[in-house]
Amino acid sequence: MVATLRFTLWLAVAVVAAAVLGWLFRAVLTRIAPANAARLLRSAPLSASFGMAVIVFYLLVAILAPTIAPFGEREVVGAQFMPASSEFLLGTDNLGRDMFSRLIFGVRNTVSIAFITTALAFAVGAVLGLLAATVSGWIDQLLSRVVDVLMAIPALIFQLLLLTIVGTSIINMILVIALIDSTRVFRLARAVAMNIVVMDYIEAAKLRGEGLWRLIIREIMPNAAAPLVAEFGLRFCFVFLSISALSFLGLGIQPPTADLGSMVRDNATLITFGEVTPLLPAGAIALLTVAVNFVVDWMLHRASGLKE
Amino acid sequence: MSDIWWMILRRLALGVLTLFVVTLLIFGAIQLLPGDPAQAILGQAATPETLAALRTELGLDLPAWQRYLNWISGVLHGDFGVSLANKRPISELIAGRLANTLFLALYAAVIAVPLSLVLGVLAALWRGSWFDRAINVLTLSSISFPEFFVAYILIFWLAQSGLFPSISNIPPGAPLAEKLYRTFLPALTLTLVVTAHMMRMTRAAIINLLASPYIEMARLKGMGPTRVIVHHALPNALAPIINVVALNLAYLITGVVVVEVVFVYPGLGQLMVDSVAKRDIPVVQAAALIFAAAYILLNLAADVLSTLSNPRLVNKR
Repeated sequence: MVATLRFTLWLAVAVVAAAVLGWLFRAVLTRIAPANAARLLRSAPLSASFGMAVIVFYLLVAILAPTIAPFGEREVVGAQFMPASSEFLLGTDNLGRDMFSRLIFGVRNTVSIAFITTALAFAVGAVLGLLAATVSGWIDQLLSRVVDVLMAIPALIFQLLLLTIVGTSIINMILVIALIDSTRVFRLARAVAMNIVVMDYIEAAKLRGEGLWRLIIREIMPNAAAPLVAEFGLRFCFVFLSISALSFLGLGIQPPTADLGSMVRDNATLITFGEVTPLLPAGAIALLTVAVNFVVDWMLHRASGLKE
Repeated sequence: MSDIWWMILRRLALGVLTLFVVTLLIFGAIQLLPGDPAQAILGQAATPETLAALRTELGLDLPAWQRYLNWISGVLHGDFGVSLANKRPISELIAGRLANTLFLALYAAVIAVPLSLVLGVLAALWRGSWFDRAINVLTLSSISFPEFFVAYILIFWLAQSGLFPSISNIPPGAPLAEKLYRTFLPALTLTLVVTAHMMRMTRAAIINLLASPYIEMARLKGMGPTRVIVHHALPNALAPIINVVALNLAYLITGVVVVEVVFVYPGLGQLMVDSVAKRDIPVVQAAALIFAAAYILLNLAADVLSTLSNPRLVNKR
């Protein structure tokens, strides 16, 4: 009962803190941003401003990791599982490395790998999707049927199958996740572009003699950008969660590289002793995905003009 | 034979076709492997004689299509081949674990489906209220949490105080009540992960309908809001709800992998993860095939059931 009460109290404190952070961030941003952007930002709900603040914070941590972290990524600095102290802010992990430094480097590694993977999935999926919609005919049929088959197997299961074949390493994981996620991007990009290619101005551009690539990049892409950007945010969340899940299962980012998912796995035994520290890397994953979701939610809401 | 049966038969045929292509994909992916499986198993120090012997044993000296036929006819007879890691028949390894995984997924579904339907209807009934908003933020957050985060929070919160065991190993021959008790935390984790999505869809499907004229008519008749939603809106919202329920049950199948590892539950997902680490290809193939078949089957069921729930689709002509 006491535990439940304390839990509820912490939850309430967290919600209020998040709201205050969002409000402050929005207030600061509207001051320093140019007039156009400021007007847009003022309309952002608290949840979205909180999300943006968190994303900026993660970016700073990822870029400045070597300067913030008190110890090196792979440095063994003390005994195993030391409790938190003024020297080791969050204690040490199962090999005696500083948890706080590992957490910072883990954010840097996991976020950058997730970003690269998403970008790759997007480059492949969006280009093929737009191409299929533009040229249609047998290329469209072929690509669509291949994607249908690839999507008939659940994503995590397919990732496990492919990783067995190619072996576990960071490069392989990036390629496997990018391949599977690009099928989802392909579907969306094709669906969006299908509605654009039938418009008159595309017909005009074709008659003017524009080549295929110019047609796709200069004519179709700008009109398909808004939904694709929102999808990029969502895809990033899914990729980030996939990478964490695979790393947690011991099949993704391999030690000694610091990474949020495998940190949870390595230190999970501490939880049964009532320590919160192993929850922190998992919480760091959750916080970033929630933040991105909040921002995407706002963007979609704005783009669709959806009012309930 | 009526139209309904034809429709179901057509969908079934399509499902079987998909399954066939998926078996081709699962089998074919292994063939793309650049190296030689026999070499990979025996290592660099293997002599040419032992390599040749192992190739014959694994059937690697046959052409690919013949190996596929052997494999698929074995699978149809319930024989998945032999594990590379410990030489035991895979069907023996899988049998008990598959039952455990199905038990866990079913357990979670039995809690999650009624819970999310009730929450969804309540949120639609009291939309805009504090209850609705709180549930909205809560579900949006829980969608973005990794499964193992939810699992460890539950362990930290409920297993710490000794209410539930944090490791769900089941002693053989345990009575149902004990099984339910021991697997409560993994089932609760899965429930929390899938409820959010199902509940949001239920709410959205009902709210979508509330703007239609026949609902307005029912309201103008002086009908109470509960009766309007449960008797008039809900039956028409069934198709999307059935779809999302089946989709989430399919999601349970993949979610189960991570949760089984967290709680050291002896299920199929755990076996698959262990086999991936050991690169035990036949076991991974078998597990992937079972998971994919369940996924396709559930999607098929969703398709058929949501068509049946809509009379306009059933009596097309």
